[in-house]
Amino acid sequence: MNSFALSLRMLRREWRAGELRVLAAALVIAVASVTSVGFFTDRVGRALAQQANMLLGADLVLISDHPLDAGFEREALRRGLRTAHTLSFPSMVLHGERAQLAEIKAVSRNYPLRGQLRVTQQPYAPDRASSEIPEVGTAWLDERLFKQLDAGPGADLEVGTSHLAMSAVLTQEPDRAGVLFNIAPRLLMNIQDIPATGLIQEGSRVSYRLLVAGEVGTVELFRTWATAGLKRGERLEGVSDARPEIRAALARAERFLGLAALTSIILAAVAVVMATRRFMARHLDNCAVMRCLGAQQRLIFRLYLIQFLLLGILSSLIGCLLGYLGQMVLAQRLGSMVAAELPLPSMLPAVQGVLTGMVTLLGFSLPFLQQLKHVPALRVLRHELGPPGRFGLIGFALGLAGISGLVLWQAGDAKLGGYVLAGMGAAILVAALLALLLIRTLSGMRRQAAASWRYGLANIARRAGGSVAQVSAFSLGMLMLLLLTVVRGDLMQSWQSTLPAEAPNRFVINIQPDQVELLRGFFHGRHIPPPALYPMVRGRLLAVNGKPVATGEYADQRAQRLLEREFNLSWSDRLPDDNQLVAGKWWAREDHGAAQLSVEEGIASTLGIKLGDQLTYGVGGATFSARVASLRKVNWDSFRVNFFVVASPGVLEKFPASYITSLHLPDAQGSLLDEMVKAFPNLTVIDVAAVMNEVRTIMDRVAGAVEFVFLFTWLMGFTVLYAAIAATRDERVYETAILRTLGASRRQLLAGLFAEFAGIGMLAGLVAALGASGTSYFLSTRILALPYVFNFWLLPVGMLAGAAAIGVAGVAGCYSVLNQPPLQTIRDNS
Amino acid sequence: MQAIALTKQVTSEGAPLIILDQLDFSASPGESVAVLGASGSGKSTLLGLLAGLDVPTGGKVLLDGTDLFALDEDGRAALRGRLVGFVFQSFQLLPALTALENVMLPLELAGVNGARVEASSALERVGLAQRASHYPRQLSGGEQQRVAIARAFSVNPRLLLADEPTGNLDSATGERIIDLLFKLNQEHGTTLILVTHDERLAQRCHRRLHLDRGVLVQEQA
Repeated sequence: MNSFALSLRMLRREWRAGELRVLAAALVIAVASVTSVGFFTDRVGRALAQQANMLLGADLVLISDHPLDAGFEREALRRGLRTAHTLSFPSMVLHGERAQLAEIKAVSRNYPLRGQLRVTQQPYAPDRASSEIPEVGTAWLDERLFKQLDAGPGADLEVGTSHLAMSAVLTQEPDRAGVLFNIAPRLLMNIQDIPATGLIQEGSRVSYRLLVAGEVGTVELFRTWATAGLKRGERLEGVSDARPEIRAALARAERFLGLAALTSIILAAVAVVMATRRFMARHLDNCAVMRCLGAQQRLIFRLYLIQFLLLGILSSLIGCLLGYLGQMVLAQRLGSMVAAELPLPSMLPAVQGVLTGMVTLLGFSLPFLQQLKHVPALRVLRHELGPPGRFGLIGFALGLAGISGLVLWQAGDAKLGGYVLAGMGAAILVAALLALLLIRTLSGMRRQAAASWRYGLANIARRAGGSVAQVSAFSLGMLMLLLLTVVRGDLMQSWQSTLPAEAPNRFVINIQPDQVELLRGFFHGRHIPPPALYPMVRGRLLAVNGKPVATGEYADQRAQRLLEREFNLSWSDRLPDDNQLVAGKWWAREDHGAAQLSVEEGIASTLGIKLGDQLTYGVGGATFSARVASLRKVNWDSFRVNFFVVASPGVLEKFPASYITSLHLPDAQGSLLDEMVKAFPNLTVIDVAAVMNEVRTIMDRVAGAVEFVFLFTWLMGFTVLYAAIAATRDERVYETAILRTLGASRRQLLAGLFAEFAGIGMLAGLVAALGASGTSYFLSTRILALPYVFNFWLLPVGMLAGAAAIGVAGVAGCYSVLNQPPLQTIRDNS
Repeated sequence: MQAIALTKQVTSEGAPLIILDQLDFSASPGESVAVLGASGSGKSTLLGLLAGLDVPTGGKVLLDGTDLFALDEDGRAALRGRLVGFVFQSFQLLPALTALENVMLPLELAGVNGARVEASSALERVGLAQRASHYPRQLSGGEQQRVAIARAFSVNPRLLLADEPTGNLDSATGERIIDLLFKLNQEHGTTLILVTHDERLAQRCHRRLHLDRGVLVQEQA
């Protein structure tokens, strides 16, 4: 027989009867949650893949922190490849009285080799593609810098010791990272003007790039050739590994947003269990009648299985559709961090979404469907007969395995996935245990309560299993919400309060040795005590105890990055005020000349450096060695100048150095900086407040995206509530009828219902508040190293909000129960 | 239909309890048999066994020459679908289905083509053509039972088992239901076995069996 057609008809009938709506809603929300993240990250990933060479501005880029050997370019040209140079560094730009830190990029003819520059004469006016670069003596500003400097066309801009004329507004630049990675606005200039600026000096952080483009095969051959000749501080970036920072950020976003989305899957599983259990209970009679009418067990199982498969696929597809709409919100919130134009997503996230939906639905409904097929036909005559036996957690093994698989897949690595699974498991377990404990306590108290409350509380205790599930589900949803709102605010506040009011808010770098005294004089002349100036030498770690360091030997990515770069080294005769010695001892005056180092403990552990190790650094072309005499703890939050590695006096003085300082400058004295930059054009001033604002904007944006994903979790919480109400609805109808016949008034019944749901909401709120406090404690003390402040309000706020929201929602969901005439109800159930 | 030495014994609080004791009887096509007895006399157990819904401790039931209990559970279900119709005291209509869909169900389960047409004519025969699209809760008790009767006859069963079919109805409605039941029974030439404690209803059957504590005490023509 055609069981598919019959299943389809049955599905239509069940749907009409409203039996499957909770299941469908749970799946739609869960799949929408997962696919909104999936579609978004897929689009960004495709943007990266499609525009990789445009994002690079070339097919291959050789990046270095020192001027590149001319041999690279010669060889590229010999092979028939096109080349261009760029050079970038931060510097102050002045226009009249205004000074602004900008990211300067100087480019040579031919730039960019891939993609294009777009410019306009006025910001927000239609822009056009430009095949030229800024002419010698001119500069292009991006919109931000244009506004900050208030520099119209032809304006005279001071960059270092040179003057450039503003000639266009830069609207698009191929090899530019999104907003996320550009703290400073952009100034584009011709590379031929660089010598006149006088800005390339010792200690300047300059990134030199050689851009290469041409035929794919030739580029590959050149790449192989160039790889062999790479020296320290030089690396190649190709199309396939373009923009590692964006890729890494994308991978992280995908991972964490994906895991956030999975919390709704876990709640969906709870909803599926509740709804399918009710479905089973309500279909026991149906199945018995069908068995009686000649349906075989196999057929019954097949009919329901096909129905669930159809329901799963349809709901998942609708979920995908909603997810597609949802990703637009995410793209809007996060998109500007990556690229302006995102390509359409692929179908892969939809496939993942449908798979997720099906695993959740089937994994947690099959045990019930299996039971349906075992309903004895004799139930038509003897109503008390149910399916044989019960199944425990083992029945959900398939579903639990499926969810674990999804989490591991999303996490992308076994360790993180394992942590998340263990964390979620522990959270659910703790929530369930707490809920059980609270339910026990509450039911002990009901003797003192008024009749309605007694009845409501008795219901919570009687349906202990269901109550525990409901309290756990709600508390998880509320926990997320409390963490994202109250706790996030608390943490921000706690961090801000650790900053002293007089914390430095400006850094000044690139101070040349011959400017030290002049700068002190500048401050004295204005009756301001000059800030402490710290010498800084840039060196690279070459060997530990005589053994050359190889980045490949470090598994830790941070360690690899640290070894790729030059460190800022300093020297001092005394331990900085806010540093704390944790091992070894600080050098005494008589040690003068004995080469010693003090290393910050964090970097020491990352690089595996121990007390007594002999470190060899390369500075410029020379090297020096020194012994690690102490390890220090540094309070980086102080915003004072601090160094990972400090040498004893007499070690570094022979190397070229630049100076750095930090100072606290009230806003009212802002003009002082403009004067200072006018007097010393090569200095770079970094405004901490501006940087912090950028960081905060980014954090808000990321938090906004996470909140959006948790919105699905929240919706799912209500689906679980609805499922829970529906699950006990039949029972309630009957009980209400009996209470009615015993003379209970409508008001008493309503109060009883409210008591029950408000009780559950209160318990969930309490569990969530405790969980949020615990998480906050862990975050502040273990991860963020902030003093933990217990927010007393979390408990009452959580409990009240939970009681009100769930109490009202629960009563609303059960309201119609009160309208059934009791006699009919009792007769139907007899 | 033939029952041979049919016995059902259960264990209640450790002691064996005999519900049906060596029951022998048969019924031929077109015949109507009433099973009477007090509450707890074993009437429902007997009905369950005759339909193959339950398994006896001893004895057998032959249905159209097939030994019901030589088949497995699914085999009995298939046989039931082909040969047996039911009418229950509590109607047992599926609440999510309309009247028509309830009647269609056994036909659909048996894979009959044109289930809708056959079900429609079955509803018409019980006088409910106008209410085909109504749900059980929108129908009166008598109407629900007529839908159940239409469902029972829709597959043309050889054996129709009725369990207190008028138990939930007032006497006038019950009367009309019984008329319908007997009329269709005549038309289809079905064997009708009717469990009741309504003597008046029993009077209309060809034969009456009295059950008392699991034993057939009296067989009246």
